Amino acid sequence: MTERNSTETPIVRMEKVNKHFGSLHVLKDIDLDVKKGEVVVVIGASGSGKSTLIRCINGLEEFQQGHIQVDGKDLEPFGKSGKALQKIRTEVGMVFQQFNLFPHLSVLDNVILAPMKVRGWSRGDAVETADRLLERVGISDQAVKHPSQLSGGQQQRVALARALAMEPRLMLFDEPTSALDPEMIGEVLDAMRELAKEGMTMIIVTHEMGFAREVADRVVYIHLGEIAEVGPPERIFDQPDDDRTRSFLARVLKH
Amino acid sequence: MEVTFQFDWAAAFGSIPHLLPGIPWTLIISFGGLAIGFFIGIFFGLLRISPLRWMRWPAILYIEVFRGTPILVQVLFIFYGLPQLLGGPINALTAGIAAIAVNSGAYISEVVRGGVQSIERGQREASLSLGLSRTQAFRYVIWPQALRRMIPPLGNQAIISIKDTSLFSVIGVGELVRQGQIYIATTFTALEVYFMVAMMYLAITWSLSIVLRLIENKGLVGQ
Repeated sequence: MTERNSTETPIVRMEKVNKHFGSLHVLKDIDLDVKKGEVVVVIGASGSGKSTLIRCINGLEEFQQGHIQVDGKDLEPFGKSGKALQKIRTEVGMVFQQFNLFPHLSVLDNVILAPMKVRGWSRGDAVETADRLLERVGISDQAVKHPSQLSGGQQQRVALARALAMEPRLMLFDEPTSALDPEMIGEVLDAMRELAKEGMTMIIVTHEMGFAREVADRVVYIHLGEIAEVGPPERIFDQPDDDRTRSFLARVLKH
Repeated sequence: MEVTFQFDWAAAFGSIPHLLPGIPWTLIISFGGLAIGFFIGIFFGLLRISPLRWMRWPAILYIEVFRGTPILVQVLFIFYGLPQLLGGPINALTAGIAAIAVNSGAYISEVVRGGVQSIERGQREASLSLGLSRTQAFRYVIWPQALRRMIPPLGNQAIISIKDTSLFSVIGVGELVRQGQIYIATTFTALEVYFMVAMMYLAITWSLSIVLRLIENKGLVGQ
């Protein structure tokens, strides 16, 4: 791709993306562009396909039709992207609902593994970056511990530092606070808020509506595998156009 | 008529020096065989979970054949049968080690498969999402964790294989049982000698259990 108009070129472009699980049509004609520096929050009921959507962006899920372009590299249907996929993953960080820290490695080793093995950094450089990131997420004093010795909130912040250590151009968040005890949700959201403020491009699947309203540039509402509505948070939350959005929000915002 | 059983402790202890030479043989056959079996197990265990059917197939065949036939038949086949194919004799020690290797290898294949498959999918996904290749994800993330989970079943297999070597007295290899049989042939103290033979197996397997427990406790830190 030429760099012409690079400020306008979206970092993620999904065009008519369709995914089936057997007879289940999980994603239906998904069209979504995400610009550099944008924070997009994806909301929707469980099983609506919102996690599947972001997992397609880094190839953890295959899709059958359509086209996805990430940072100028193309993802092909049926997982036939080969080297391009690994390149995309190198530039796209992900934080998971279940943290997925490596339990056999210390916190520090969790963070430096990929920079050393994928980027080829020296141990010294990787440790320096890791120290800085761990401090930023408030875990610098726990670097020698193993993940199981940390609270859920701390583990998720380590997972965030681990992803950031690769210096990604885009961050994906797959329900990052859903597995946390309520008192730990805040600390993880704070770290994400700060990241958004620094201009990181983020696509976030979450049930935290208050957070969505606060940090999102755009909110995407997914219903049964379809994008029902996209717009700025004020409009989506206060004056949704779509009946499905309205009824979903009425259910989740009631309490 | 009154029958009295008398356990002759002097005969039992007296047999020890005659049994001891069997211990190195038992250990060499079991640990030699297990060491080879471990690599066979890694090889076929990983083939077994390959996404490619033509790679899985030979692994399934190997596992079914060597897990599904008695180890006694396997060692007889190797010791008496194979020489007819190879055109030359196989020594009893080699045959014993080979039998333990192929037999434990089949079980260890399943241990390896179970260990690798027991690692949560999220571990692989997190690795790949960081840009690690599939090989790197396996080497740095999946395998080290799988190996730890494999310790208890591997220990189990080691104990089974140690005891299996007792069958190899049939091919004349001088392991514990064979030494006992030779000694009993001159003293007729079967009760005492087999008791001591049993104690020696127990001493070996019990020591192994203790070592394994130590490894396991150490290895599980941070899990």
